[in-house]
Amino acid sequence: MIMMDESAELSVSITQIVQRLKGTHLHSQLEKQAKECLHKPEIKLETLKDDVRRFLKASGWERKLQNAVYRELHILPPPGHPRAPPEHTKEPLAYMRKAQVNWEKRILKSLNSMCTELGIPLARKRPVPEQKELTNKWNEMGTDEPDLSKFRPVYAPKDFLEVLVGLKNPNNERSEDLTVRSHWGLIQVSLNVRDIPQMREMYPELGITYGQLGIDDHTHVPPDLFESEHIHIGKKVESEQDSAAAQQYSRQGCPTGLRAQLWSLILNTSNDPEDITHYEQLKARVIHHDLLVDNLIYKDVKLTASNDDYYFVFEDYLYQVLLCFSRDTAVLEHFNYNCATPPKSCIQSKSGSEQCAVVYPPNGVIPFHGFSMYVAPLCFLYNEPSKLYSVFREMYIRYFFRLHSISSHPSGIVSLCLQFERLLQTHLPQLFYHLREIGAQPLRIAFKWIVRAFSGYLSTDQLLLLWDRILGYDSLEIVAVLAAAVFAFRSENLMEVTSLASAEAVLADLSTLKVMPLLQIFLFATSV
Amino acid sequence: MSKSKQTAGYKGAYSSQKKKEGEGRSCIRYRCGLTNTIQDVLNQRPGWVEVKDDGDWDFNWCDVGWLRENFDHSYMEEHVRICHFRNHYELTRKNLMVKNLKRYRKTLEREAGRLEASKCDFFPCTFVLPSEYHIFVEEFKRSPGSTWIMKPVARSQGKGIFLFRKLKDIIDWRKDGSRSEEQKDEAQVESYVAQRYIENPYLIAGRKFDLRVYVLVTSYIPLKAWLYRDGFARFSNTRFSLSSIDDQYVHLTNVAVQKTAPDYDPEKGCKWLMQQLRQYLTAKHGFETVQTLFKEIDNIFIRSLLSVQKTIINDKHCFELYGYDILLDQDLKPWLIEVNASPSLTASSQEDYDLKYRLLEDTLHIVDMEGRLTGKEKRVGGFDLMWNDGPVYTDVGLETLGSSCLVANTHLGCVNDRQKQLQQLLKPFPGQKRT
Repeated sequence: MIMMDESAELSVSITQIVQRLKGTHLHSQLEKQAKECLHKPEIKLETLKDDVRRFLKASGWERKLQNAVYRELHILPPPGHPRAPPEHTKEPLAYMRKAQVNWEKRILKSLNSMCTELGIPLARKRPVPEQKELTNKWNEMGTDEPDLSKFRPVYAPKDFLEVLVGLKNPNNERSEDLTVRSHWGLIQVSLNVRDIPQMREMYPELGITYGQLGIDDHTHVPPDLFESEHIHIGKKVESEQDSAAAQQYSRQGCPTGLRAQLWSLILNTSNDPEDITHYEQLKARVIHHDLLVDNLIYKDVKLTASNDDYYFVFEDYLYQVLLCFSRDTAVLEHFNYNCATPPKSCIQSKSGSEQCAVVYPPNGVIPFHGFSMYVAPLCFLYNEPSKLYSVFREMYIRYFFRLHSISSHPSGIVSLCLQFERLLQTHLPQLFYHLREIGAQPLRIAFKWIVRAFSGYLSTDQLLLLWDRILGYDSLEIVAVLAAAVFAFRSENLMEVTSLASAEAVLADLSTLKVMPLLQIFLFATSV
Repeated sequence: MSKSKQTAGYKGAYSSQKKKEGEGRSCIRYRCGLTNTIQDVLNQRPGWVEVKDDGDWDFNWCDVGWLRENFDHSYMEEHVRICHFRNHYELTRKNLMVKNLKRYRKTLEREAGRLEASKCDFFPCTFVLPSEYHIFVEEFKRSPGSTWIMKPVARSQGKGIFLFRKLKDIIDWRKDGSRSEEQKDEAQVESYVAQRYIENPYLIAGRKFDLRVYVLVTSYIPLKAWLYRDGFARFSNTRFSLSSIDDQYVHLTNVAVQKTAPDYDPEKGCKWLMQQLRQYLTAKHGFETVQTLFKEIDNIFIRSLLSVQKTIINDKHCFELYGYDILLDQDLKPWLIEVNASPSLTASSQEDYDLKYRLLEDTLHIVDMEGRLTGKEKRVGGFDLMWNDGPVYTDVGLETLGSSCLVANTHLGCVNDRQKQLQQLLKPFPGQKRT
């Protein structure tokens, strides 16, 4: 964040955060706690304020407030000029905004035409017997085999890639000649992305002098060198219930036995009665109404997660999460900082005379092919649907949404793709040139990994180690770096191939890769 | 997906090979009665040659039928090895296993007390029918409403198994009501066991699963047993519910049965590797709990083998690779379902093939026809020595000061970096052909 006037911006942020926390469940709990503690003998009238503060600190409530504030900082809309319209604040570059708007139009058109073609309404109230049936089947929706042949995914990652490839900055005159100085990749816009020296400063904890889970917990390394101590610290962090500390800790990896709790702490999700109620309400909405996008979700799960050797078991959970997710209007909040706008559809009022635009689907997110893979790895950690749901939703509104909306944000898909290409061109120019020549632009292969943050491509334990760092550094940049590191690792074989198909074949199976050594070598052992 | 088979990458040309009591040979003749993964493993092992029909052999991977007919009439030289013990059925036939375990437990209680004997409480309450029918009925009546499972003694792959809750169900069955012709032909007197059904299995995403684990025994007296790090969890394709005990597809997790279920999709794997399962459980329950669970699973192997130690005819020519089926309940207590002397070696997928290939390759390394081992090894490839006439502990490093507790040498579901270990351990094969 570039702060023009630090103190002014700070007070604006504080005001915003206070505003958001007012009226939340936490607020009422704090008030209640403060009231109740007045009965305690240690609270004296003369020193009321201090005593109450001390009490709240000792009982852990201050920590909870800290965590809540910390969470709000993560999802604060970007700072901007008070006179600038919100769209400009969310995305300063006009051509990016335009591209996103056009893309949204296309998707919505595709959805609407499918709807017309199939004669299926966008939303429909379920008749009571159907509601009953669904309630009974809630825990095993995967056993249903509906006919999904007529449904197509609204778009697939490669369609999105074509849009990104077509992005052009109108202010930038680009000559057609390919020189050493020009960019060889597909992304034709110039954004500020970090290079390796800058990343070494950003990610020092991934360096060779720091212990890592994913490297220093290997069988040949005695646990006393790093692992035992790290686990010990992890337990302390967990018991302290400190969000910020957990985030810092996660940079060196989370132990398998603590990961679920630590991620939940970092994301500040809970499984209070309040959260469970919210989830149950969403479930009720699923029971009452059938949405067209539900079919898209079914199809996606069946095509991707159900066919995966490890995630197939969690099929039912995926429906339970994604169907509820579609109906969660709380997700609309993330459009405060997401440059996308939620799609709207026209609904005729009962009298048939008026039309009003409503957000569709209710959460403003149209699923695409592979969407369910954002949820699948989380099933390894959480098996209570409401808990799984909270964690997924928070991860979506903090990170995943950036992977499929067009923006100039450093963690946005455009920046990640550009960063990947730049890293490759800078550090593996021979490889990049060779692949270009044989018609195998590297991004065409790597794009699907980046869009899914590698879910479904890496083995689960490795994926979770990668996502530890996404959470730890609050950035998706590491995904782009890993993509480049994978190419570097397989560069010898790639230099031998002579077609896009054979390049794809070399990179088809990533299930044996060890993520942390690859990242460490690429970031800290590449000569710059 | 790269499909290279996993072979230990031996390098180097021929190196002089010490002969050990006539065991080291440059050419090993083998007989193989099965046509699946083991065939490939034997075929591809350097220096091993197949002999057919009546030729002399040094190594025999036979099926139990062949064993039954020929073992007693075969003379085997000192170095010869065969893959079964003569009377393995003491461990693998459900009625005999129950008998041996019960007897062992009694002995243990007498000699070492109740606590020690309770370590044998890993098999569900079982009665052999028809001989124990009356005590079964007594137990049955003592716990009304509980579910029982009826299993034929000598069948595999889930055949002939059914669940019941009322005595009426089996009374009808005994009167030849629903038995197939095959079942009626069962000549043996004690043909079935009735076992208390585990009604609260541990479920993952609503599905029941069981574990297949591999244990290699190279000698019973003294008992020497190895545990393989790989294994897998087999999932039932349908969601678990006690209300549908007639739906045998829900309750039985054998891949063979699952394959006949109507919604079985052969493309959809219904297995997880053991490593995946161990990770999942660790993420859910924490490291210590899972550590304890796997210790208890080790206990099952050791106790079950000790219970037949004196009954099995020990023979230095014999070794046996057992497939143990273990079920976990919701309290994370492991139960022994059964032991297989001929675990399926047919692969259901490439991943499965690779696992079985590695397993068999390492089995042959341990049998060591080539005479390359010293006999003091605690680990060979993916096998860890679990019992060697007593418990086996890992070599604890000097760095772990202050911890006087001994760590068991088993690593089920842990990383199997066998290639590296084998490279360090084994000398190249004699007359190694360049690969």
